[in-house]
Amino acid sequence: MNHWIIAPILLPAIMAPILLMSARYDIVLARVFSLASTVALLGIALALGSMVGDGQILSYALGNWVAPFGIVLVADRLSVMMLVLTALLALAVLFFAIDGGDRDGRHFHALYQFQLMGINGAFLTGDFFNLFVFFEVLLIASYGLMVHGGGPARVKAGVQYVVINLVGSTLFLIAVGMIYSVAGTLNMADLALKVPQVAAADQALLQAGALLLLLVFCIKAALVPVHFWLPGTYANAPAPVAALFAIMTKVGAYCVIRLYVLAFGEEAGAAAWLAAPWLLPAALVTLTLGMIGVLAARRLGQLASFAVIGSMGMLLTGIALFTPQALSAALYYLLHSTLAGAVLFLIADLIARRRPGIDDQLSPAPRFAQQSLLAAAFFVAAIAATGMPPLSGFVGKLLILDAARDNLQATTIWALVLGTSLLAIIGFGRAGSTLFWKSTAQPGNFPAPATGNALALVAIGLLLAGNVALTLFAGPLTAYLEATAQQVFATHRYIEAVLGNTVLPGGLL
Amino acid sequence: MEFLLSSAIGLLTAAGVYLVLRARTWPVVLGLALLSYATNLFLFATGRLVLNQPPVISASAAGYTDPLPQALVLTAIVISFGMTAVIVVMALRSFFENGSDHVDGKAEDAA
Repeated sequence: MNHWIIAPILLPAIMAPILLMSARYDIVLARVFSLASTVALLGIALALGSMVGDGQILSYALGNWVAPFGIVLVADRLSVMMLVLTALLALAVLFFAIDGGDRDGRHFHALYQFQLMGINGAFLTGDFFNLFVFFEVLLIASYGLMVHGGGPARVKAGVQYVVINLVGSTLFLIAVGMIYSVAGTLNMADLALKVPQVAAADQALLQAGALLLLLVFCIKAALVPVHFWLPGTYANAPAPVAALFAIMTKVGAYCVIRLYVLAFGEEAGAAAWLAAPWLLPAALVTLTLGMIGVLAARRLGQLASFAVIGSMGMLLTGIALFTPQALSAALYYLLHSTLAGAVLFLIADLIARRRPGIDDQLSPAPRFAQQSLLAAAFFVAAIAATGMPPLSGFVGKLLILDAARDNLQATTIWALVLGTSLLAIIGFGRAGSTLFWKSTAQPGNFPAPATGNALALVAIGLLLAGNVALTLFAGPLTAYLEATAQQVFATHRYIEAVLGNTVLPGGLL
Repeated sequence: MEFLLSSAIGLLTAAGVYLVLRARTWPVVLGLALLSYATNLFLFATGRLVLNQPPVISASAAGYTDPLPQALVLTAIVISFGMTAVIVVMALRSFFENGSDHVDGKAEDAA
C-alpha cells in the first residue's frame, strides 16, 4: 500500500498542533514552520501527481480495514489535481499573510494548517461520512480564520457564516442518513454498485437524500438560491483568508463532480443523472446574478465576491452538462477561476490599506502609493476574471462554450455566458477606471504606508503568473484534463481500484 | 415506537427551524441545538429500530442491530457539541463588539 496518499492530511495535522504549542509566541518560527509545511505539501502533491499520471487510481485503506467496511482514501487524477491547486494557492496566499496580516490575531498559522488538512481530506476521501468529518474540519478552521483580527463587522459576518454552515452540516447528516438507510453503505464506490439495485419503492428516499446532498454541496459552492452567505463572508474576511476560501467553493464543485458522476451517473438506473436537471438552471442563474452583482458592487471586495459567485455559476454550468468534454473544460475553468478569484481579494486588500478612511469603496479618491503597480495587477486580474483574451479566463469560457454546442439548451447557455461576460467587463472596467483613473483628477495624495508590502506583491505576482502559465501551457494542460475527465467518467475503474482487492468474508454477506 | 420516534424527530425539527429563523442569536443557537438533536435521532433510526439485539457478532445472537449508525451518531454528537460551544462564543463576542444580540447586528428596536 502506498502511504504517500495520507501524507497531505497527516502533514498539516501534525504541523498545526506543533504551531499551536511550540510556536505560539514566536511569529518568525510560526512563519517558517507554516511555510515549510506548505512547501512540503506542494512537493507531496506533485509527487502524487507523478504517481497517478499514468492513469492509475491509488486507494489507501486506513488501518488496513478493507473497503467497504473500512474507510478509504482514493487518489486519482482529479483529486490530486485539486491537491496541487490547493497547495499552490495556499503557498501564494501564505506569502501574503506573512507580510503582516498573520499578526492581527492569534494562531493564524495553526488554523491555516488545519484548514489545509480539511481541504486535502475532502479531496482524498472515498467515503461519505469521512467527507462530512473533513468538511467539519475545514469549516471549524475556517470559522477561526474568518474572524481572525476581529472587529464588529467581521464578527457579525462570522456568526452568520457559522450558523449557515451548521445548518448545512445538519442537512448533510440527514442526507447521508437517508442514503445509508436505503443503500446500506457509506463507501462511494460501493454506493455506485448499490444504487442501480435499489428497489423502486425506495427510489424516492434515495433520490431525496441524493438531492439533499446536492443542496449541501451547492451551499458550499454558493449556487443560487443558497449563495447569500458568500458576499458577506468573503467581503468581511481578512484578505488572505478570503483568497484561501476561493478553494472552498471548489470543494463543493469537486464533490458534485465526484458523486453525481460516480454514484448517480450513467449506471444508476432510475436515478441516472439525478443532478443534471437541477444543476444547469441553477448554475445559469448563478452566473447571471453573480455578474449583475459585479456591476452593482460598491466596494472592490464585494465586486470580487460576486465575481467568485459568477465564476462558480460558469464552472457548474460546465459540470452540469455531464459530458467528458464539458468536464475537462470545467476543470480548466476551475483552475483558472481559483487563482483569478483569489488574486482579486489580495489586490482589494492592498488598495484598501493604502486608502485609509475610504478603503476599497469604488469612489474617486486621491492618488495612493504604488498606484500604477496595483493598477497593472488589477488590469491583468480583471482580464483573466472577465474572460477576455489573451488570458486563461478566455480559454476556459471558450472551452465550455464549445462543449455546450451539442446540448439542447446551447442557445440559452451561449447567450447567458456571452451576455454576462459583457456585464463583467463593464463592471470591472467601471471599477478600475474609478479606482485608478479618476483619482488622478483629485487633489493631494494618500500618505505612503510604512512598508512596501514586497511579499504581498510577490503573492499577487505568483497568482497572476499562475494565470499566465495556465494560458501559455493551455495545450498540454487540456490534454491532461481531458484524460482526467475520461477517468472520472470511467466509473468502473474507480470502483475496481477501491473494491477490487476486497475479499468478502464468507458467511457474512 | 415508530410513531413516537418519528413524531419526536418532526417536532424537534419544526421547533429547531422556527428558532433558527428568529432574529436574535440565542434562539438561533437553541434552534441549532434542537436541529442537531433531531438529526442524531434520525441518524439512529436509519439503522432501523431494533429492540434488545446486540450490535456485535456473537454466537448466541438471534439477530443484530446495525452498529454503523450508532458510530455515526457518536461522531455527530461530538461535532455538534463542539460546534454549539463555538457558536455560543461567537455570539457572545458579536454581542460585545456590536452591542446587540441581533443576528444582523442591528439596534435594539429591530427585533
